[in-house]
Amino acid sequence: MTEELIIAGFGGQGVLSMGKILAYSAIMQDQEVSWMPSYGPEMRGGTANVTVIISDERISSPILTKYDTAIILNQQSMDKFESSVKPGGTLLYDPNGILVHPKRKDINIYRITGSKISTQMGNKKVFNMVILGAYMKAKPIVQLENVIKGLKKSLPERYHKLIPLNESAITKGMENIEIVQEI
Amino acid sequence: MADIKLMKGNEALAEAAIRAGCDAYFGYPITPQSEVIEYLMMERPEDRTGMIVLQAESEIAAIHMVYGAAGAGKKAMTSSSSPGISLKEEGISYLAGSELPAVIVNVVRGGPGLGTIQPSQADYFQSTKGGGHGDYRLYVLAPASVQEMVDFVDIAFEVAFKYRNPVMILADGIIGQMMEKVVFPEQKPRLTDEEIEEKYGDWVTNGKRNNKERNIITSLDLDPYKQEAHNHKLQEKYRLMQEDELMYEMIDCEDADYILVAYGSSARISQKAMQLAREKGYKVGIFRLITLFPFPSKELNELAGKVKGFLAVEMSAGQMIEDLKLAIEGKAKAEHYGRYGGVVHSPEEVLEALENQIIKG
Repeated sequence: MTEELIIAGFGGQGVLSMGKILAYSAIMQDQEVSWMPSYGPEMRGGTANVTVIISDERISSPILTKYDTAIILNQQSMDKFESSVKPGGTLLYDPNGILVHPKRKDINIYRITGSKISTQMGNKKVFNMVILGAYMKAKPIVQLENVIKGLKKSLPERYHKLIPLNESAITKGMENIEIVQEI
Repeated sequence: MADIKLMKGNEALAEAAIRAGCDAYFGYPITPQSEVIEYLMMERPEDRTGMIVLQAESEIAAIHMVYGAAGAGKKAMTSSSSPGISLKEEGISYLAGSELPAVIVNVVRGGPGLGTIQPSQADYFQSTKGGGHGDYRLYVLAPASVQEMVDFVDIAFEVAFKYRNPVMILADGIIGQMMEKVVFPEQKPRLTDEEIEEKYGDWVTNGKRNNKERNIITSLDLDPYKQEAHNHKLQEKYRLMQEDELMYEMIDCEDADYILVAYGSSARISQKAMQLAREKGYKVGIFRLITLFPFPSKELNELAGKVKGFLAVEMSAGQMIEDLKLAIEGKAKAEHYGRYGGVVHSPEEVLEALENQIIKG
């Protein structure tokens, strides 16, 4: 099994940290991982993306042009990465701020209203965890228990009290994912 | 289960330096390697092992601090990225001339000049063929993973002290910035002053004792015959490195018709290109350079008799290809492919180049 994934959105949305949590979760499952950010002169408000690869085997290139899954969180990223999903692959997006919705017919498309849900939860910072939950439902590659283990390992102890909040955000994401099309 | 961490290449390298028993790090921040000094400042190794970490006022100051520490027999290290390494070249030449051990890390970015902050491999010439002035060589290691950023630090110090010669770890923006799984070795103790005296007492300048001659560290000798003899000695060291310290990795070369020759992140990208090529039925292997100097000329020459062609894949306008061509003496076709100036080639582009330039070309 190899999952080649790109997460793309605005800086400040938690794109890079979501990728990191995903990578940590895969390590907890004894898998190989790579996490490669776009590290241009980006800052909050600019675009940010990260390529995460999870595999049972040694990972070759950490940089790719075609992905099994694209998680798209703004219009610029939709414009850039919709065409990069492999045929038969998966596109997950948050419709917030999206004007031109995905048009591909040869891929699975899912929607998650992450901004709305995290606002309703009263904590916009868990936005990326809602998205992660939706991804875990669409592509069950990392298990929830391993995500929690990963969070425990990657977060300093003083933040461990926030893990239950993150867990409920993940659950919300899993529950609220909408199928746009499945092929 | 071993303690597995997920870390950036730059951070992993910094932690590895502490674990290798490094005595001092002197640096100056520059993208894409600033995490090295950031990590060391945060981690405060002075409390852990007594290792000193200092942000110098410039790259030039940092390399000369390394010179001073190395002269006292200390394990000293500096790191930078391309423009910063250019600034350090004077000091690197002096380290080589004075036969001082040191580890210099270059997390390469696009050039020339200030260039860009994106990954590149265009400092191959600078690392393997001088960089500074005079007839000298660095032992050059090219890590291709975060784990190798860790493993190569200890090797670098071992080789540096074995030959009393500066060693370079030549990474690039990808290896520095990406996170992968990594496992660290046990903490090596730093050498005590007594141990340094015992091991390196014949050359270190750690204070003159009454019962022995003064050690002198210098790269200056105005008598050309003495300087020539000194150069002979240096050349002999480089010959021994070629004999004893060469490292490379061959992946699926046994049945291969075509070989991708690459190092660092280009070797990783080439591995994906190899998978794609094999899916199309082409028998492709990879010759991954681990040391860039010494260069595996003999090994590539032998391989050249068995294959149809080589593609040197490097993020430069074609630097390592020159050594490859010299090595294979025209026995097989060899071409270069690479994006450069901070642009990273994709596995698909490498495959296309292989098809157009070598297989059909």
